[in-house]
Amino acid sequence: MNVPLTLLGLLERQSSHGYDLKRDYDTYFSPTKPLLLGQVYSTLGRLARDGKVVVGPAEPGAGPDRKRYVITERGATEVEAWLTEPVEAEQHLQTELFTKVVLALMLGRDASAYLDLQRAAHVARMRALTEIKRQGPLVDKLLADHSMFRLEADLRWIDVTQARLGALAEEVCK
Amino acid sequence: MSGAAGPDAAALLEARAAVLAFGRTPALRGTDLRVARGEIVAVMGPSGSGKSTLLHCLAGILVPDSGEILFDGRRVDRMREAERSELRRDRFGFVFQFGQLVPELTAEENVAMPLLLGGARRGTALTEARDWFPRLGLEGLERRRSGELSGGQAQRVALARAMVARPDVLFADEPTGSLDTYTGEQVMELLVDAVRANGTTAVIVTHDARVAACADREVMVRDGKVTSPHLERTGP
Repeated sequence: MNVPLTLLGLLERQSSHGYDLKRDYDTYFSPTKPLLLGQVYSTLGRLARDGKVVVGPAEPGAGPDRKRYVITERGATEVEAWLTEPVEAEQHLQTELFTKVVLALMLGRDASAYLDLQRAAHVARMRALTEIKRQGPLVDKLLADHSMFRLEADLRWIDVTQARLGALAEEVCK
Repeated sequence: MSGAAGPDAAALLEARAAVLAFGRTPALRGTDLRVARGEIVAVMGPSGSGKSTLLHCLAGILVPDSGEILFDGRRVDRMREAERSELRRDRFGFVFQFGQLVPELTAEENVAMPLLLGGARRGTALTEARDWFPRLGLEGLERRRSGELSGGQAQRVALARAMVARPDVLFADEPTGSLDTYTGEQVMELLVDAVRANGTTAVIVTHDARVAACADREVMVRDGKVTSPHLERTGP
């Protein structure tokens, strides 16, 4: 997650205090892993140093949190560029999973049983996410959906690997 | 009804060492499965693994060559065809991949079918059938024929037909297999809500992990046998 650009994006929506920014970030983008307030202020400090935000004057009756941050033209340009660029289509190979299967085969262990267990763990996680989807707000549903599609990709890999275990064993045990 | 009932609770439905071959091709090779009352179990497995054959044996559509099939303590595999037919009609509901509605009938007539076959009067059956339409988001579609329904609508009508007689067990074979992800998810939510509300036990054959994730637990069928990693870990 690109925290600085996400905060900038939230600031383009409307100028904001640091604490309100943190609250919006946590609500929409990271409900299970909230940002530390210190990280929010250090990020805002860097954005101000780089001319992407400006800090408004302290507001009346205010504590340290009563400064309003406003995005600059430069910041807005950066957000626009970021939002139109595709994310790199990374190859999300689960290296540990792959390593375990290959090593199990090399060592004559039961790779099939391991894959079955891994499969059960994946489906159990999907079941927990399904429960979140049934009860949670739409933002949580969408985040859960994304996790589920990634888990599904792993499951497909597990199924295909399960079907190819014999051939894979021959190859890695030469 | 919650999904608290696990595989160790008293079984409503059970396969014991079921063996079945089609000619010389083995489909089930000593399959065991216990399903507790009120439980939703997903049966997964590769194509040709025997998962649909297992469902057909549990539902009394097929009879295994050897082994036992038990429903509510009764030996389904020893019943005559007429008895099994009666069991399927009175105690079980079915949802298949393509709805399989009767095209000549309206949606409400399709839903009423199990009640009519069970001897209900037409008016009563149609009234009960119509109750299901708002519950499944099908208001206004009562008089449509299957050709005039979308895939998701047809599958919801099929679900209503399967549940209208309040079956003890719902058997579903790839119930979302012909639907896109979003529509399939809606159908599964309605299916789970309906079986939970009715206390119905459900056996769902699927290759889709998202569908399996709606169940209380899943089992894998591979080469005609049920494998369950959890059971293996606690075995001797």
